Amino acid sequence: MDFLPLEQLRQIQLTRLQAIVRRAYDRVPLFRRRLEERRLVPDNLRSVADLARLPFTVKADLRDAYPFGLFASPLQEIVRFHASSGTTGKPIVVAYTKEDVDDWARAMVRSFCACGVHNGDIVQNAYGYGLFTGGLGAHYGAEALGASVIPISGGNTERQIMVMKDFGVTVICCTPSYFLHLAERGSELGVNFRDLPLRIGVFGAEPWTESMRRRIEELSGIKAYDIYGLSEIVGPGVAMECQAQTGPHMFEDMFYPEIIDPATGAPLPDGQEGELVITTLCKRAMPMIRYRTRDITSLVATPCVCGRTLRRISRISRRSDDMLIIRGVNLFPSQIEAALLAVEGTLPHYQITVDRQQGLDTLEVQVEVTPEFFSDTVGGMEKLQGKLAHAIESVTGLRAAIRLMAPRTLQRSEGKARRVTDKRQL
Amino acid sequence: MKLKQLSLFLQNEPGALTGPCRLLAEAGINLITFSLADTRQFGILRVIVRDWEAAQRLLEENGHLAKLTDVVAIEVEDKPGGLVNILTVLERDGINVEYVYAFTLKQGNKGVLVFRFTDPDAAIRQLQTAAIRVLDAEELERRLGN
Repeated sequence: MDFLPLEQLRQIQLTRLQAIVRRAYDRVPLFRRRLEERRLVPDNLRSVADLARLPFTVKADLRDAYPFGLFASPLQEIVRFHASSGTTGKPIVVAYTKEDVDDWARAMVRSFCACGVHNGDIVQNAYGYGLFTGGLGAHYGAEALGASVIPISGGNTERQIMVMKDFGVTVICCTPSYFLHLAERGSELGVNFRDLPLRIGVFGAEPWTESMRRRIEELSGIKAYDIYGLSEIVGPGVAMECQAQTGPHMFEDMFYPEIIDPATGAPLPDGQEGELVITTLCKRAMPMIRYRTRDITSLVATPCVCGRTLRRISRISRRSDDMLIIRGVNLFPSQIEAALLAVEGTLPHYQITVDRQQGLDTLEVQVEVTPEFFSDTVGGMEKLQGKLAHAIESVTGLRAAIRLMAPRTLQRSEGKARRVTDKRQL
Repeated sequence: MKLKQLSLFLQNEPGALTGPCRLLAEAGINLITFSLADTRQFGILRVIVRDWEAAQRLLEENGHLAKLTDVVAIEVEDKPGGLVNILTVLERDGINVEYVYAFTLKQGNKGVLVFRFTDPDAAIRQLQTAAIRVLDAEELERRLGN
């Protein structure tokens, strides 16, 4: 499937798309109602391009349908539930039939194969087992591939390191930040990861960067691969990097990707950056039609050296729900972050406040002064303000007022940092 | 010949000055002299204290940004033109003054000023060549008495 000629791949996609839209229309009342509102029926889907006429599904739909409202299979056919922690209130529940679980395992087998895992490998699966899809998703895939799986789950760092060393682990699955923690703790304990047989890391479940990849690879001597997935679609295994490490290939025959303008919803061509929207082409228990992932990326259609015909997604740097529109300009907090980082070298604590004064949007960035950038002269501090404002303007095209703050005055948060305050009454 | 000055970043808001001053006061650290530069947004408090190491530690432990800067204490005649003499020397040699403030101590008809130069070493050399007195920490200590 990974190397199909494009015409054949597009044909499979269309056939599956028509079938899944039919299934959702027949079995999911919310989806049927939305098609009816648009005076559409499944037969209107004559080409893949017609997909753009169908309504989106968003995270709130899953929350509103809690727990079983979007199922397209009767409960007797459901063999598995997973759930993702909602940031507010009820979690989001997803369900799988036996065939869905098998399909998912197949996607994970393809993921492992893409980065060079094979039977005989010893896989330490440090993704959490339980309602989270990461643990069981990687587990079923690695087992189906014929690898030897250690279902160690997350946490207990010292035991992880002991097992890795004593079992001769060759592949690890976890979040990239947890792996860095493992490697650093390892060196404190006198275990140099470079001396271990470990050669592949399958890292996902959180956004990470190329510089993090370099750091991981330098520190541990392994190859670090980016795996992409989300529980609303299936879990891990929606897209996975090949050994060329140039971005995850979407398993397009199972998960149809589109890129849209997050503000207007209009489809964007390959290569252009926008929000990733995915339609599941095979899922029985819970088909997702045009699910808005909120992840901002682009589809890369240029051929990959590995020969896979599957398009890749470029590194996900941010999410569309973080997007602010200021004076008509789209702004992502990550752009401010990049500008601050460019000036200071390390990321200072910062906060963004958007307001509206006399009908004009104002953008203020509060930045905590760090010892490296504190000057005892007013001129020195004003120069810093100027540099920061200039860097922000050159990245975003917006003029920001920079307010320098004393250390530890901006709020710290344990979980997701709240970086943005939008005071506009729109 | 250089003195250590502690500079503190302050946010321009009520109470910003009180916090660090109280910390120093409660630790029995006396401000020999200080100056406050302020803009609409922020302020920089510069202080000279005897035990600057203890003061810096205390301030930093309490979350303040306290940076050490080298400054130069220069004796100045307390009469019209006293300051001009010094500035003339500095100007002639292209020495850049970032800011200046005064000590409260006085001996005879001589006062003392704190100068922050871009290049304090060059400034000291030129001042000494021009026979202008630069006070080191010991001399300052002596003049402070006790």
